[in-house]
Amino acid sequence: MLQADLSSSGSITRIEGPLLFLKRNVNVGLNDSVVVIDEQQRNRPGRITALDDESMIVEVLETTSGLSLSNTRVRFHGEALHFGIGPDILGRVLDGVGRPIDHGPPISSKKRLRIDGMSINPVARETPRDFIETGFSTIDLMNSLVRGQKLPIFSGGGLPHDRIAAEIARSAKLLGGEANDFVVIFVAIGVSYDTADYFRNTMEESGALNHTVMFLNLASDSSTQRLLTPRYALTAAEYLAFEENRHVLVVMTDMTNYCEALREVSASHGEIPGRKGYPGYMYSDLATIFERAGCIKGCGGTLTQVPILTMPSDDITHPIPDLTGYITEGQIVLDRELHRHDIYPPVKVLPSLSRLMKDGTGEGFTDVDHPALSNQLYAAYSRAIHVRVLASVMGTEGLSETDRLFLQFGEEFEREFVQQGQRRSLEESMTAGWELLMKLPISELNRLSDMQIDTHISDRERQQRRGS
Amino acid sequence: MSEARINWISGPVLRATSEQQFHIHESIRVGEVGLLGEVIRINGDEIVAQVYEDTSGLRPGEAVFGSGSPLSVRLGPGLLGNLFDGLLRPLTLEQGNFVKPGIQARVEEKFGFTPRLKPGDQVEGGAIFGTLNSAKGRPQYALVPPWVNGEVTWIDEAGEYPDDKTICIIKESDGKEHQLSMCHDWPVREPRPIKKRMKIQGPLLTGQRILDSLFPLACGGRAAMPGGFGTGKTVLQETLAKWCDADVIVYVGCGERGNEMAGVLDEFPQLEDPHSGRQLMERTLIIANTSNMPVAAREASIYTAVTVAEYLRDQGLRVALMADSTSRWAEALREVSGRLGELPGESGYPAYLSSRLADFYERAAAVHTLCGKTGSVTLIGAISPPGGDFSEPVTTHTKRYTKVYWTLDSTRAQARFYPAVHPLLSYSEDIQSLVDFWKQNHHPDWLKQRRRFLSMMEDQQRLERMARIIGKDALPPRQQHTLMCAELINEAFLSQSAFSDIDRYCSPQRQAAMMRLIHHFIVKSEEALERGVAIEDISSMPLLRRLQRMGEEIGEDNIKAFTQLSHSLDEAFSKLKEGETDAAG
Repeated sequence: MLQADLSSSGSITRIEGPLLFLKRNVNVGLNDSVVVIDEQQRNRPGRITALDDESMIVEVLETTSGLSLSNTRVRFHGEALHFGIGPDILGRVLDGVGRPIDHGPPISSKKRLRIDGMSINPVARETPRDFIETGFSTIDLMNSLVRGQKLPIFSGGGLPHDRIAAEIARSAKLLGGEANDFVVIFVAIGVSYDTADYFRNTMEESGALNHTVMFLNLASDSSTQRLLTPRYALTAAEYLAFEENRHVLVVMTDMTNYCEALREVSASHGEIPGRKGYPGYMYSDLATIFERAGCIKGCGGTLTQVPILTMPSDDITHPIPDLTGYITEGQIVLDRELHRHDIYPPVKVLPSLSRLMKDGTGEGFTDVDHPALSNQLYAAYSRAIHVRVLASVMGTEGLSETDRLFLQFGEEFEREFVQQGQRRSLEESMTAGWELLMKLPISELNRLSDMQIDTHISDRERQQRRGS
Repeated sequence: MSEARINWISGPVLRATSEQQFHIHESIRVGEVGLLGEVIRINGDEIVAQVYEDTSGLRPGEAVFGSGSPLSVRLGPGLLGNLFDGLLRPLTLEQGNFVKPGIQARVEEKFGFTPRLKPGDQVEGGAIFGTLNSAKGRPQYALVPPWVNGEVTWIDEAGEYPDDKTICIIKESDGKEHQLSMCHDWPVREPRPIKKRMKIQGPLLTGQRILDSLFPLACGGRAAMPGGFGTGKTVLQETLAKWCDADVIVYVGCGERGNEMAGVLDEFPQLEDPHSGRQLMERTLIIANTSNMPVAAREASIYTAVTVAEYLRDQGLRVALMADSTSRWAEALREVSGRLGELPGESGYPAYLSSRLADFYERAAAVHTLCGKTGSVTLIGAISPPGGDFSEPVTTHTKRYTKVYWTLDSTRAQARFYPAVHPLLSYSEDIQSLVDFWKQNHHPDWLKQRRRFLSMMEDQQRLERMARIIGKDALPPRQQHTLMCAELINEAFLSQSAFSDIDRYCSPQRQAAMMRLIHHFIVKSEEALERGVAIEDISSMPLLRRLQRMGEEIGEDNIKAFTQLSHSLDEAFSKLKEGETDAAG
C-alpha cells in the first residue's frame, strides 16, 4: 500500500525542539510522513516540512526527548499523512493522531484519506439551509445554527462553554426531528483530562456514545501532535459525512491551544512572527480546518462545526478570536458578567452572530416571523444597553418614560430570555420573545410590520387583559 | 522552452537552478502534475518561483518548465455566468466534489458568432470584429487583440463555433498573418491599453440609500469598505453585486468562505436584474479563491479579476469589480514575502504593499476604449482590519488610493442596523461631480439636504454625549428635536434590509422622494416647535411610524404614495397646532 518504505539511519545532524535536521540521502517529497524510531524501538510519527538538495527537516509529532543523533532511524512512507477509516469508528475513543486508546480492536481501514483534505469545490457546495434546534433561545431564535455551518463559541477561562457544547451535542436536532440525528465527533485539543472525561460521561449518560467518536489530545500530549488532531478528526468527519452520508457535528475544544501550538512550532522553525508572535499564515492555517465544514450537492451527509475557543484575557480583538471570526460563519460570545449574575447560558447577545441564519430561517424553514422577531429583539436590546450606559452615569431619574421601559426590558431580557432552566423549543423561545416585546410601546417596534404587531402583540395583550 | 531543476521547497515557494533563461513573472509548470507557478526572482542561475497550487509531494530534482510568456489569462465569451478559480480556470461540477491540484479544465461550449467586418476592412488593435452570444452570459463583442493591426483577409460567416477556432484572419502591412479566435490571452499584471481616460460622467448607482444619497461612488471610481468581522462587509458587497447598475459584475471572493460562494451561485440565477430585466447571473462572473485554497493564487486572483474587468470594459461596458477581501490578498503577499526572507515592513507586510495597492486601484477608470466606445471599471474593495483597528497598514494605504470610503461600524451591526456604514466616519470625494446627476433626476436640493442630514447626525453624537451627563429630559426642546430627527434619518432612511423583497433595492427616484419627505418632516417639525408645540406631541405622532417604516411599506411601483404621505404629514402638523391651542385655551 505504501509507495516507498525507505529507511535511513545516522543521517541526523541536529535536533532542535520538535525538529530533526537530516542529511537528504533518500528521494522524498514535501509533507511526506515519516516514522522516527529510537534506540528502544519506540515509534514516533513525523512529517517533512522543508527540503533542499542536501538536507531536510522532519517535524516530530511527539516529544523528541530521548532521541539521539546516531541511534535514531527514520523510515519514510513516501506519501503525506493518511488516516485509515471505516464505519466502525463510531463509538470509539482515539488519541490525537487516530490510534485507539479504549483497549478495543483496531479500526478497519475501509478507506485511506489524506488528513490535510482538499478544498471543497465551491460549485459542488450546497447552501446550508436546515435549521438545527439546539434548545438555547439565544442561539435558536437569535443566532440560528444550520447544518453545514461553522459556528464557534468565543469563551473565556472559567465560563461554562463545555457544558453548552455538551448540551448542543446531546440535544441538537432538526425541527421536528429526533435528538439522535447527529453523529458527534468530539475533538479535545490540549484540554485537561477532566474536560475530556466530562464529555465522555455526558454522552454516555444520554446513551449517545455509539453515535460519538472522541479524539483526545490532552494537555500533556505534545504540541506538534496538537496541530494534527483536528485534521485527523475532520478527516473522520468528512468520511462519515460524505462517504457514509451521516450528519456530523464536530465539537472542537479548545482552538486557543491549537493556535498556541502553531506559534510554538512556527517559532522553532525560525519563521518571522506576525501579530503577538503568531505566524503570519495563521489565517490560512485555521481556514484549512474551518472550511472543511459544509454540505455537498448529492451527498446525504453534512458536516457542521462548533469549535470552542477561550479568548485570552477575554479580549475579542486578540488574533485568535479575530482571525477565527473572519473565517467562521458567525460566533456565539459568552460573557463573564452574565455568568457572574448566574445567568446560564451566559450568551452575550449583541456581539454574537450567525451569518447563515438568513438562509435557514423564515418562511419555509422555521416560522414566517422568526427573522423579524429576532431583528426587533436585537434592536430593542441594543437600545436597552444604550440606555443602561446613560443611566449608569446619572441614574434613572433623568430618563424619559420610554427609556425607562427599555431599561426594564433589558433586565427582563437577560433574566427571562437569555437565562433558561431547561431546553426550549423554537416555538417556546418565540413565545418568550413576543412576551418581552409586549412590554414596550408599539410605536417603538419599527422592525415589525403592522400585521406582525396585530397577530403577536396586540391580540395577545387583549387576550391577557381578558384573562386577568 | 526553458527548463530548471528544483533544489529547495518551502510551502508555496520554491527555488530551482537552470542553465537556461527565465523571465521575471514568466509562468511555469512544476513537477509531474504540472502545477502552475510564476517566477518572482532571478539570481544568477537560480530562479525563485511561487506555486499557485498545493506543493505537497514535490521533491528536489523535479523539473520546472518555463512557458516563455508572463502569467496570462484567456479572455473570451465563456466568462460571464461562470465561476472560476484565482487563475481563471473554470470550476465546474464535472471536476468532482473537491478541487484537485493541476487542473487544466476547459469548458467545451459553442458560441454564436456574427461578423461585423468583411474582407478588405482595415482594423486596429481593440476593434470589434463580430458579436458573440453565449447560453449563459449577456451578448458580447469579439475584440481584435490590442497588438494586432492590419487588413481582414478572411472572416468566417455567422454560426456557432467553439471559442478557440480561427474565425478571422488579419494580415499586417508587413505581410505577417494573425489568426483570431473569439479569445485572446492577456498578461494579468499589465493594464490593457485604452485610447484615453475620461472625466467622471455619473454615479454607479447601488440602490442603497446610505451609499447613493450620502456617499455616492462615481462610475469608474474606487471605493474602500473597511469593517471588522460581523459588520456585514460580505452582505454589502453581495448586495452591491446584485443591485448596482453596472452592465457587468466581476466578484472576487479572495480568501473568503466557501459557503458564501455557494450562496451566490444559488441565489443569483434566481434574481432579476432591475435595470435590464434579465437574469442576474448573466452579467456576473465569480472568481473564487476560498480561504482554504492555495495562498499564492490568492495574490494572483485580484489581478486576474481586474484584467477580466478591463477586457469587458474594452467592449464598451460599465464594469464593477467587488473584491472581498483585499486584506486576504495583502496577507498572501506577506506570506510569500516572508518565505522569501524579505525584510518585513509595518506589521510584517512587505515594503511594496503600498505600491501594489496603488497599482491595483489605479486600474479603475472611465475610458474611451480602443474600439471607440466608452466603458468603465469601478473598484470596490472590502478590507478586514485585524481587531477592527483602522490604523493598520492595509486600511491606511488603501485610504490613500481610494476616493470613497465606507466605514462599517460594529456598534451599528450589533444592533442589527444594516447597512452598518457609519455616517460620520465615511466620506466620498465624488460629491461635487455628481450634483448634476441628481439635478437631472428631479432632486435639485440633493446637496443641501445631504449636508443637513449629515450635520444632524453629527449634532446627535455631540448631544448624546451631553445627555449622558445631564439627562435627555434636561436638554432644551430644540436639541431634543435634533435627536428625534437624527433617529428618524437613521431608522427611516439609512437602515435598509438586504433581505427585504421591497426595500433591498431603492431607485434614485424613490431615494429622492424619501429624502425629500424626511427633510419635509424636519422643516415642518421645526416650524411647529417654533410655534410652541411641545416636542412630546411631535414625537408621539402616530404618523412617525409610517415614516419609519416607509422603506418596507412603499415599494418602487408606488412612489406616488410618498406625496400622499407628505400631505398627511402637513395635515397632522396643522392639527397639532389646533391641539395646542385647545390645551392652551
